[in-house]
Amino acid sequence: MESETQNPNPKASKVETKPKMDSKDQSFKLQANNVDVFYGDFQAIKNISLDILERSITAFIGPSGCGKSTFLRLFNRMNDYIDGFHMEGEISLDKQDIYDPSIKVEELRKTVGMVFQKPNPFPKSIYENVAYGLRIQGIKDEDFIEKRVVESLKQATLFSEIKDDLDKQALALSGGQQQRLCIARALAVKPSVLLMDEPTSALDPISSGKIEDLVHELKKNYTIVIVTHNMQQAGRVSDNTAFLYMGELIEYGDTQKIFTNPEKDRTQNYITGRFG
Amino acid sequence: MNKVNTSRFKDKAFRRLGMVVTVSCLLILAVFVGFVLYMGLDRLSWEFLMSLPSRFADQSGIYTAWIGSIWVLVLTTLISFPLGVGAGIYLEEYGKKNKLATFLEINIANLAGVPSIIYGLLGLEVFVRIMQMGNSILAGALTLALLILPIIIVSTRESLRAVPSSIRDASNALGASKWQTIWNQVLPASFGGILTGVILALSRAVGETAPLIVVGALAYVPFAPRGPLDEFTVLPIQIFNWVSRPQHEFVINAAAAIIVLLLITFVMNGIAVYLRNRWQSKMKW
Repeated sequence: MESETQNPNPKASKVETKPKMDSKDQSFKLQANNVDVFYGDFQAIKNISLDILERSITAFIGPSGCGKSTFLRLFNRMNDYIDGFHMEGEISLDKQDIYDPSIKVEELRKTVGMVFQKPNPFPKSIYENVAYGLRIQGIKDEDFIEKRVVESLKQATLFSEIKDDLDKQALALSGGQQQRLCIARALAVKPSVLLMDEPTSALDPISSGKIEDLVHELKKNYTIVIVTHNMQQAGRVSDNTAFLYMGELIEYGDTQKIFTNPEKDRTQNYITGRFG
Repeated sequence: MNKVNTSRFKDKAFRRLGMVVTVSCLLILAVFVGFVLYMGLDRLSWEFLMSLPSRFADQSGIYTAWIGSIWVLVLTTLISFPLGVGAGIYLEEYGKKNKLATFLEINIANLAGVPSIIYGLLGLEVFVRIMQMGNSILAGALTLALLILPIIIVSTRESLRAVPSSIRDASNALGASKWQTIWNQVLPASFGGILTGVILALSRAVGETAPLIVVGALAYVPFAPRGPLDEFTVLPIQIFNWVSRPQHEFVINAAAAIIVLLLITFVMNGIAVYLRNRWQSKMKW
């Protein structure tokens, strides 16, 4: 797991136009090959293969129960805890199979961070929330931790709002701030991939907008996969979009193309709101 | 409109009924406590607390009994707390959810309902006879620990289950190991509930008489125990012994001893409530 190779560089050029998806300078960060997922007898994912480009934003869309969250959670193995979960096929990160028995799942999750649907800060101070990922790695150097906490909060565009309240209870923050705190917490361990499971569905439009801007900013340094119910959000934020339906991958490609000129009727119908 | 009125009437009626039931329960308790206080309060004195038992009621005290009770309480805590909480954590967090687990779960719940005298018999055979501890504090404490283990295990599991999965997810997703998640997130969030369960179980143990009689706690111990292998008596047994005597003075002694025993259990329950509130206010989701 090469977690340190992707050092985020906050000073990256500010005037960056939306880069065109160009697979020539980017390599595939995450790859799924013929993946099937079963919960007991129920097949949640049916033979999906797709590759996700490094430093891009990929959106998974589809109606409720289509398997998009399940598919997302394969990349940091969060499905492992679910009773009856069983997977076939291969998922790889930087060309390495993450379901290989030699992989330590704790190490994997330091490289592949996750943000959940409902903001879920720990019942601790803001500072301790962000520091948690470092503390469990056994890091004791308080100067280092403090530097990383501040840096992560700045990256998550939260620092200016709470810089005098680092010792305040995280649960006292607003929903949108809590979600940005959760993003900061995930960034603090320096992952290279960030999985986001409907990160704005519990938030008001203004807070959602802030998260979207933030996601866009983070793309410079991270590979981001986002599950969303919100079609406009997928259109605004992502470079590539995958449409899932009943556990199958219906269509996957450039977001512009999926939204303006999809190949499959089903995609067209879903995007235009005729079903789902 | 009529329907609304009927349901409103039902609502009122039920509220009244609930109030009557609650008040009458409290009333019964108040009468009982009042009666005991009336009987025994005058007898309560420093001397009564610090005197050894005697065949003369007015010279008799509960020194050996409350010292014995505290010995038993401390030892029972030391034995049952780590075992019960450990078993609870294992069953809830690590144990596989298979048929064996279901079987264990049902049995533990059933064990909590086994009459305490049965535990006494078990303690007599295993600890007193086979392990040759004799009529010692240790044998008594081990027996009581067995008695309250199921309660502690069940309440520990309930508290762990009440921790929202979002907290576990958050910790796991940051690369925490299972134990790190349990130690750093799950246990702090559930500790108030676990402690409450343990303390309530212990306050039950303090009042237990039957199993200790079977194990061989004595009614008359002329010295305060100095170590876990000494013979002992406890407050409930002393009370039981005094109540069964014909002389009225001894009954008064019993009332005074009951006040002390009640005080101990009230204080323990008070601590449980305090801890629960303290931890709950810290853990708001």
